[in-house]
Amino acid sequence: MNAVVTASGLSKHYNNTLALDNVSFTIQPGRIVGLIGPNGAGKTTVLKAILGLTDFQGQLNVLGLDPRTQRDKLMEQMCFIADVAVLPRWLRVREAVDFVANVHPRFNRAKCEAFLARTKLTPDQRVRQMSKGMIVQLHLALVMAIDARVLVLDEPTLGLDILYRKQFYQSLLEEYFDDNKTIIVTTHQVEEIEHILTDLMFIRDGKIVLDTDMEAVGERFAEVMVSADMAATARQLNPLDERQVFGKSIFLFDGVDHARLQALGEIRRPSVSDLFVATMKGTYA
Amino acid sequence: MKTVYWLIKREFWEHRGGFFWAPVITSGVFLLLNLMGIVVAEVTGARNNFFGAFGSSDSMKLSDMVHSLDAHQMDLVGQGLDVAMMSASFLISVVFCFVVFFYCLGALYDDRRDRSILFWKSLPISNTQTVLSKVIAASVAAPFIAIVCGVLTGFAMLLLFAITLSLHGVGVWSLLTLAHPFHVIGFMLGSLPVYMLWSLPTVGWLMLCSSWARSKPFLWAVVIPVAVGVVLGWFHLLGVLELRADWYWREVLVRVLFSVFPGGWLQNAELVHIDHDPHAVIDFLSLSNSYSVLAKPNIWIGAAVGVAMLAGATWFRRWRDDS
Repeated sequence: MNAVVTASGLSKHYNNTLALDNVSFTIQPGRIVGLIGPNGAGKTTVLKAILGLTDFQGQLNVLGLDPRTQRDKLMEQMCFIADVAVLPRWLRVREAVDFVANVHPRFNRAKCEAFLARTKLTPDQRVRQMSKGMIVQLHLALVMAIDARVLVLDEPTLGLDILYRKQFYQSLLEEYFDDNKTIIVTTHQVEEIEHILTDLMFIRDGKIVLDTDMEAVGERFAEVMVSADMAATARQLNPLDERQVFGKSIFLFDGVDHARLQALGEIRRPSVSDLFVATMKGTYA
Repeated sequence: MKTVYWLIKREFWEHRGGFFWAPVITSGVFLLLNLMGIVVAEVTGARNNFFGAFGSSDSMKLSDMVHSLDAHQMDLVGQGLDVAMMSASFLISVVFCFVVFFYCLGALYDDRRDRSILFWKSLPISNTQTVLSKVIAASVAAPFIAIVCGVLTGFAMLLLFAITLSLHGVGVWSLLTLAHPFHVIGFMLGSLPVYMLWSLPTVGWLMLCSSWARSKPFLWAVVIPVAVGVVLGWFHLLGVLELRADWYWREVLVRVLFSVFPGGWLQNAELVHIDHDPHAVIDFLSLSNSYSVLAKPNIWIGAAVGVAMLAGATWFRRWRDDS
């Protein structure tokens, strides 16, 4: 299958700062890609480039289109939720549904109304009267009713409580996502999306520092709990990270043969957040 | 086309207060003021025994007066009624002018400020359609609503006077036939295309600022033309520049900031004869007078510049990257 997004040599300057530094990657259809990085690493810039919201240097192909010149056509096949504050405050639920139904060729009104029926939203309610969680419910109802090929989520659950956050990702997985769709998501709440991701991209200082699928994460990285007497041996294997728990050391290894690690102690697959913290060490220093 | 229709509807949803309620409330206030005026007149009349002095003959007198009007005076009364009817529209125009001015300034700025532009841009809508819908909302839809309000208020006001006078036994209904309401309505609606062309430089300039400014579009929109005028005047004083500063103020600044005020194109017509010749009013407020402005280059140059500025606004809408 053709890649949904192909980027090569993507660069972007904001005045004197380099937001993206010669970034290349591809995203395949039917994947859920987590684009994860510290604040100011260039996540949003990548998404904006994909959405045609910003200019850049380099090559970028999204669904066979150039987002710089064919944006209007592209947006028929692509949706995005940028973050909770994005729906205009004067908009009513009824108006939002009417509007999208009439300007979007791939919008399914019945689907949207079915989704809204399961929420507390009423047709005459304005966005300004809603809580943050309700705004996201409305936005999600609109987006899920659009049969798009790519969904871009930029911090979609920022500022929501845990109930809304769980519900958000659950709805996406159960009622939206399928093999023909691709979801690209950035978030700081890594723990909550780690089990739904199929691919992982770490971005730091405008560079992609890790681009892998989740199965490969388990093969490549290993977390080993090592007792104090073996710690010195473990350190010789160049661990990415070391931390102490209950008198034992937990080491994070990148690309070390699992057979060798077995001798040191119990091997686990590292969580994405531990991996992230280890990879981004010293970012803000 | 369907998208543009819904985009215009969207504008109306957002600006229901300015586009609909502002003229309606103004109409209400206008009628209320008239009513208050009538009450004051009645009370003062009664207190000074104005009516009593003539006994019951005063109303006779008034109706006699009505009957004794000659053709010329009849004409005058008719013109007076037309102007009275238009006066409601004038007040609404003033309010409308403010509404449209600030609407244009905010049109491409407000959604950048609250970041809802990201929502609109997530839909398959071109920037040209967006800007076009806002221009149509400002220079066709909004004035149309204002005109309808103006006409209805005008009628209501005539009715109010007719009823009041009837209570004094004066049969003024015949007088009302002297007015030319359809002429007035035709003039106002017929002038809409001229208004559209005429307002383009202001709409274009305000939307350009709205689309371009990172903050405070109002300040930019006003400060830039005024600063240019001051600099031109300064050069003129220095004797470096032949250009007359007053030409700039009149033909550029006023056109760029105040052309949303309806009827601006009528300024060149001769108004001095109105006092003496009743037909002057009707000539002045006639479609042929309105459309005669199309023969002058001013309106066309302004419209072309306006369209160019709207193209600029569309470009900034596409590439301004600050959300």
